[in-house]
Amino acid sequence: MSYAKPKFKEKYGNFINGAFVAPVGGTYFDNHSPVDNSLIAQYPRSNNNDIDNAVAAANAAKDAWGNTSVTERAALLNKVADLIEANLEEFALVETCDNGKPIRETLNADIPLAIDHWRYFAAVIRAEEGSATELDANTLSMNIKEPLGVVAQIIPWNFPLLMLSWKLPPALAAGNCVILKPAEQTPSTATLLMEKIGHLFPPGVINVVHGFGPEAGKPLASHSGIDKVAFTGETTTGQLIMQYASKNINPVTMELGGKSPNIFFNSVMDQDDAFLDKAIEGAVLFAFNQGEVCTCPSRLLIQEDIYDAFLARVIERTNAIVQANPYDTSTMLGAQASNDQYEKILSYINIGKEEGAKVLTGGNACKLDGDLANGFYIQPTILEGHNKMRIFQEEIFGPVLAVTKFKDEAEAIAMANDTLYGLGAGVWTRDAHQLYQIPRAIKAGRVWVNCYHAYPAHAPFGGYKKSGFGRETHLMMMNHYRQTKNMLISYDKNKLGFF
Amino acid sequence: MKYERVAITEKAIEVLNQLKSAHGNLIFHQSGGCCDGSSPMILEEADMYLDDSDILLGQLDGVNYYMNQDQFAYWKHTHLTVDITPGRGSSFSLEIPLGLRFIIHSRLLTEEENSVLNK
Repeated sequence: MSYAKPKFKEKYGNFINGAFVAPVGGTYFDNHSPVDNSLIAQYPRSNNNDIDNAVAAANAAKDAWGNTSVTERAALLNKVADLIEANLEEFALVETCDNGKPIRETLNADIPLAIDHWRYFAAVIRAEEGSATELDANTLSMNIKEPLGVVAQIIPWNFPLLMLSWKLPPALAAGNCVILKPAEQTPSTATLLMEKIGHLFPPGVINVVHGFGPEAGKPLASHSGIDKVAFTGETTTGQLIMQYASKNINPVTMELGGKSPNIFFNSVMDQDDAFLDKAIEGAVLFAFNQGEVCTCPSRLLIQEDIYDAFLARVIERTNAIVQANPYDTSTMLGAQASNDQYEKILSYINIGKEEGAKVLTGGNACKLDGDLANGFYIQPTILEGHNKMRIFQEEIFGPVLAVTKFKDEAEAIAMANDTLYGLGAGVWTRDAHQLYQIPRAIKAGRVWVNCYHAYPAHAPFGGYKKSGFGRETHLMMMNHYRQTKNMLISYDKNKLGFF
Repeated sequence: MKYERVAITEKAIEVLNQLKSAHGNLIFHQSGGCCDGSSPMILEEADMYLDDSDILLGQLDGVNYYMNQDQFAYWKHTHLTVDITPGRGSSFSLEIPLGLRFIIHSRLLTEEENSVLNK
């Protein structure tokens, strides 16, 4: 089945204080679809004045919103989930148009997962409780969770609605007002969402401001009227946001990417069965979402005695990937999100070749026919080399896999941890001891064991090392958006006796 | 003979000059990680806190090019050329509003360059 490009308005506004408004400066930027480089619509090129308005609206709304009951907030989050679900196909289509990913993924992964994160946090706040401790017979320590107030969230372009749905629900559930800046490559589903749900919330509770990093992102992250910044992106901007937060003594959470190892021990090939089939798919998941995933399993580490046999199966499966029109439900691999990503990925394939890596499959741009010839497509690529090469050390953010072999457990662990990052990792084995010991030895926040690329709500996600800190997609994230108010209560009628 | 770790194309210098007149003193900082990671960021010099952990790779038309030492350990055997391409990054890099994005092309240092620069 094939869909067509969805219809858009000519231009869209920011969503501030409960209404769509034009940017103060009156300027817009053109947003193009990476599917065929055609114009989608114009979005606001906001500046510090728009940010000031959004921050003011959020501050005006925060006291009343922070005092709503959890029953009320949970009901609203559930309504958001219901509205996204009722319009799932429309969200999926707009996401595919804006990001370039295949409709198969948006229909079955991005949008259903986004819906579930709203429902998860609606459920969490109905079930969790504060705490109270009797310190002695007359003294009670009571912990009440209070919202921070106003939260700034800057999200990336690789899973636009899903990243929004990782960030907005816990912040809102915790009782905060939010100013969200979507990535400038992918402003569309955040806008569509506000069209569908904007009326549900009091004005100022959710504000969405579009624009460029230096013009809108920086004034937002450095604003003295916010109480926290949550950011997903790269390390230099991460450092800058932490610097700005330090001026306001604000907390931050950071998700800054990775270079995730996917490790296959020899026992995966003990039998040619369903599990081996699953393991081969697990290795080919490097191509999922065109490799534009912070946890892309972009380093494939295979034990030497199965290296040739296993790799042959991985190459065979990679060569069966259907790369075609992203609007077609049979397409598995779509377009890279933008021209600069496309150029960057090709540049990495080149340095890989220069460093002596061997191209096992792919290695070039993919030229599709018709209008798609203007889109940004790259062949799924496997490069064989060693772990010190730059293609093994940098997040390429494309469908590019770097593969090498290891001798034993010690070498696998050493290679897995020889990276600046620690976001994700995969471990595949039939050995019961390795199933526990290897994941424990890997310095990463999420180790998938005999699986990969699963992102359910209720399992915490976040980084070690330069991948950042904070744990999303879990109840834990609520505490990154809250203060703890400790009330220390004396029921003793008698004075201390000091004065 | 003097060897360099970084170079810049003529087209990229034109954009750099445009940014200099708009923003004053600038630096390049090589990013890593997710999304726009592995791209060079052009920033106002006063914006970024730099210390001994930031390695100065060279100067491009008067603009210093820095990279964190941890990243440098994996990059030091390569020569970088800053170029410019149409695109839309999503970081705080100053060229983004122009609809352009700085990009890195890399090659291996020659044996001779390597022996001088990484001795």
